Amino acid sequence: MKKSGPGTPTDPSKAGLSRRSFLIQGACLAAAAAGMGISCKDSRPAGNKRVAGSIIGSNRKAGHMLLQGEGITPTETEETGIVIVGSGIAGLSAARDLAKKGIRDFLMLELEDRTGGNSAYAVHKVSPYPLGAHYVPLPGVEAVFVRELFEELGIIEGYNSKGLPLYNEYYLCADPQERLFIHDRWQEGLVPQFGATPEDKRQYQVFFGMMDDLRKARGTDGRRAFVIPMELSSRDRRFLKYDEISMAQFLTDNGLDSKYLRWYVNYCCRDDYGCVMEDVSAWAGIHYFAGRSGSAGNAEPHAVVTWPEGNGWIVRKMAENMSEHIRCNACVLNIQNIGDKTAVDYLDPRSGVAKRILARAVIYAAPRFTALRSIKDLRESPPAYAGSFGYAPWMVANVVVNAVPEGNGAPLSWDNVFYGNDSLGYVVANHQDVALHQSKTVLTYYYPLTAGDPAAERQRAVTMTFDAWADMIIRDLSRFHPGIEKGIEEVNVWLWGHAMVRPVPKFIWGRARQEALRPLGRIFFAHSDMSGISLFEEAQYHGILAAREARAVLEKARPA
Amino acid sequence: MAYALLLSVFVISTCGLIYELTAGALASYLLGDSVTQFSIIIGVYLSAMGLGSYLSRYIVRNVITVFIQVELLIGLVGGSAAAVLFMLFEVAVHFRSILYSLIGITGTLVGLEIPLIMRVLKNRFEFRDLVSKVFTFDYIGALFASLLFPLVLVPYLGLIRASFLFGIINALVALWALHLFRREVLYARLHAAAGGLVLVFLTAGMVYSGWILHFAETLGYKGNIIYAKTSPYQRIVLTRDGDSLQLFLNGNLQFNSRDEYRYHEALIHPGLQSLREPKDVLVLGGGDGLAVREVLKYASVSSVTLVDLDAEVTKLFRSHETLVGLNGGALKSPKVHIINADAFIWLKGETGKYDFIVIDFPDPSTYSVGKLYTTTFYRLVQRVLKDDGVIVIQSTSPYVARRSFWCVVATLQSLGLKTTPYHTYLPSFGEWGYVIAKKTPFKMPETFKPDLRFVTPAVAQTMTEFPADMGPVETEVNRLHNQVLVRYFEEEWSRYTH
Ligand SMILES: Cc1cc2nc3c(=O)[nH]c(=O)nc-3n(C[C@H](O)[C@H](O)[C@H](O)COP(=O)(O)OP(=O)(O)OC[C@H]3O[C@@H](n4cnc5c(N)ncnc54)[C@H](O)[C@@H]3O)c2cc1C
Repeated sequence: MKKSGPGTPTDPSKAGLSRRSFLIQGACLAAAAAGMGISCKDSRPAGNKRVAGSIIGSNRKAGHMLLQGEGITPTETEETGIVIVGSGIAGLSAARDLAKKGIRDFLMLELEDRTGGNSAYAVHKVSPYPLGAHYVPLPGVEAVFVRELFEELGIIEGYNSKGLPLYNEYYLCADPQERLFIHDRWQEGLVPQFGATPEDKRQYQVFFGMMDDLRKARGTDGRRAFVIPMELSSRDRRFLKYDEISMAQFLTDNGLDSKYLRWYVNYCCRDDYGCVMEDVSAWAGIHYFAGRSGSAGNAEPHAVVTWPEGNGWIVRKMAENMSEHIRCNACVLNIQNIGDKTAVDYLDPRSGVAKRILARAVIYAAPRFTALRSIKDLRESPPAYAGSFGYAPWMVANVVVNAVPEGNGAPLSWDNVFYGNDSLGYVVANHQDVALHQSKTVLTYYYPLTAGDPAAERQRAVTMTFDAWADMIIRDLSRFHPGIEKGIEEVNVWLWGHAMVRPVPKFIWGRARQEALRPLGRIFFAHSDMSGISLFEEAQYHGILAAREARAVLEKARPA
Repeated sequence: MAYALLLSVFVISTCGLIYELTAGALASYLLGDSVTQFSIIIGVYLSAMGLGSYLSRYIVRNVITVFIQVELLIGLVGGSAAAVLFMLFEVAVHFRSILYSLIGITGTLVGLEIPLIMRVLKNRFEFRDLVSKVFTFDYIGALFASLLFPLVLVPYLGLIRASFLFGIINALVALWALHLFRREVLYARLHAAAGGLVLVFLTAGMVYSGWILHFAETLGYKGNIIYAKTSPYQRIVLTRDGDSLQLFLNGNLQFNSRDEYRYHEALIHPGLQSLREPKDVLVLGGGDGLAVREVLKYASVSSVTLVDLDAEVTKLFRSHETLVGLNGGALKSPKVHIINADAFIWLKGETGKYDFIVIDFPDPSTYSVGKLYTTTFYRLVQRVLKDDGVIVIQSTSPYVARRSFWCVVATLQSLGLKTTPYHTYLPSFGEWGYVIAKKTPFKMPETFKPDLRFVTPAVAQTMTEFPADMGPVETEVNRLHNQVLVRYFEEEWSRYTH
């Protein structure tokens, strides 16, 4: 008998305080909401105490060793069939594919102290949280490898009578999924609605109509125009020509000048590629909207799967039972052919000890630009494509808050975005938690550094101190959630200097990528860089393809 | 003496701004939308001050006497404004008009202060000096107030007490001025007496602000509050109205003792009576023990597991004499195991199997409660249900929230469960709905316990009949990732209440 509705006085539980405590002892929330920045006696005064946390950025020391090309002398040598360099999604997918085929003599070397790369995660008592990648959209029919993996991991639990996959409902992103802070209120969804004029809405229709058509469009070769994995996309010139202009140009060419629409498309480009739409090829920009073609028997086509630790959950599952093959704290600094073997030299950045592994084949699943340093042949005679791989720097902060940041309008969602902001907003790590009552949350705050040239931005990112980052993040969050600063318990900043490859015009379908993709003898390239767009599905695709090629080398070498 | 008056400029301008801030904060708290409330309050207040300044020209004689009267009035009106507004909020129909009138009156009076004081002082300073001094003190006072309010007053005193305190200070300024000008003031004694009364009134208000707050809260309820407590999860209020009791959680009525037996008999008996030898019963929610009371009427039941999030509720219904009387001591029965946990989380780890499962949660008005009505949750429930067991779910009003009600039905059916929706009339709530779900078809029992006050075989037969205006409608299935039920529910109840 739980009616809630008529004649309900203001719900004090929503404001997080009882009416009594507000009027007798006073309270922060309402007054702070009034923009007065009140501090409470029982909470930490904002500003005069340093917030806990640190910069736990990726291992820059080791990275630098690589860039400076310091010579090392290995002290011991061992042998194996295949070496996988890097344990991101690409490396893990390669390893998984080898193991599934019964291959046991392979080793995966990872420079960080944990596996996962951009999809790594950290644990915290409030909730585990991602350091980078957060979700995977429902795979379409072409994403065969993703579907297979999802079945193996229990993400897809079965198929209905129409053949549509049934997803584990704990993993589908819980409702409400997205909200946008615009004109001082939260609205549902990310496409700006508050303040949008009929003309804006007309342009939305035009734009999304075009994207819909392009999602269904097929080229003369019979393939869909935009596919995940992108390698399976149509090669019809009609579509490839979009790679020659920027996404901003594409909008302009189609008469789309709505401020809100352009903000939204730019937001999407920054979200997926870490670049503003002026720098993103229209092919990549359209791919974001037209590439996703998933469907499910128990979810909407646009649904996504996610976990508190983001794609770190998948990493954890993929790394299970792999420990004998994984070596962390192993920074590969040199790769060279010696006879019919390939020597892979790596250094433990903690101990300074260097070792050599002699392998029959190598899967290079570290970012592609690092190969120019680590692979001897490329180091000594730089290829023509050397300068073509550009990278976007990112900062990801996990903010532990002792309150649930609600606000005016639409309720707290999984993804919470601020209109017109430099950040991409935040994702609530414990959104998938089914408990009725949550007193603490972890907010994963995303910030691609797109204010200027990537190199300058990368420099800015590393020169900023923890305090400066924490200050910026807290100041930004408290603009949208007045008073939140008092509840912030911890801020963990993660810096990604070379977070993802930049799909600038002419990169994806240009020559550089094609050339860089070609194996170098027994070395196969697997990183998501090889797609030009940084996505889980792309990393997995290249990881599995490389594993199959490397396996072919092993089999050929084996006496019949 | 001149400087003493300048000091009072400082004090009264502090008081003036405090009233304004209090009104603004109170309005944002009670009415929401702080930006709008603050702007309107500031606008009304400032324009009223302008009016006051203008009106000061009509005071030609006895300036100092009028000044003292004005001060006393400000103390009285400004000082008690927060308490008055708070009490009126629950009962007044035109709350906004009252709010703005009170602000207007206070503002007008405050607007009179400075012109009057300047006229008192005009012969004691050169004009240029006078203007500079008076306004300096005025603005410093404002600064002081604007810092004091958020840093000290709100956190340490709260709005009601703070506004009484500043009323007292205003009254003291009046008494002090009275003392300084005792020769010039007409009816000095009468004014002193009035000042004394105002002081006593405001002090009493300050001392009893807790009581005022309590009283204001009682105005929100029809009955008298006999118990109120804030647990980590909710505000629990128990009221008595005549000879009946009402329980409110966060202001929402949970039951009225006058007709709760109807609700609980209808919830429990159709399902439980249909089972041959029910032994193990699980109750999710329902920490008031009233459903358990009905369950314990079945001698074969050997164990009742009650899972309710809030230990304060189960404790209250185990220890409060009247409430124990109401639930017949159900929660003290040795057969009953109380578990204070989140039902969703608890179910994930539960391995036992139950004959009868009662789901008695609040209505799905928020996304967090909505999770307890999803396929994912029901799948967990299904897992702990014996093969021939019965689940019953309170499912809001099929009359008010028709789609919501049928959405619960559709959600259960999507899991392959056979459903039997039914409804009944509850005087306190109106038409109310329940759904029985089973792995096999359910048949309404033909006999019921003879001592029931409401459910009889004939009544039970009518429960499964749905008139056309509450009949089945097509709905989506409620899932964690779409929460359609919360959306239906919000739409339907808001249409009903607005
Ligand atoms: C902030 C952020 C958010 C993202 N969010 C999403 C998302 O939500 N969904 C999504 O699909 N994608 C997302 N991505 C894209 C993400 O890059 C891919 O999903 C995927 O994780 C890429 O995997 P990878 O294996 O190709 O590369 P990486 O993750 O870059 O893996 C390369 C690995 O190689 C290691 N390595 C590098 N050099 C060496 C060396 N010399 N020796 C040994 N090891 C080395 C690195 O430490 C790293 O572990 C995000 C990326 C970032 C940066």
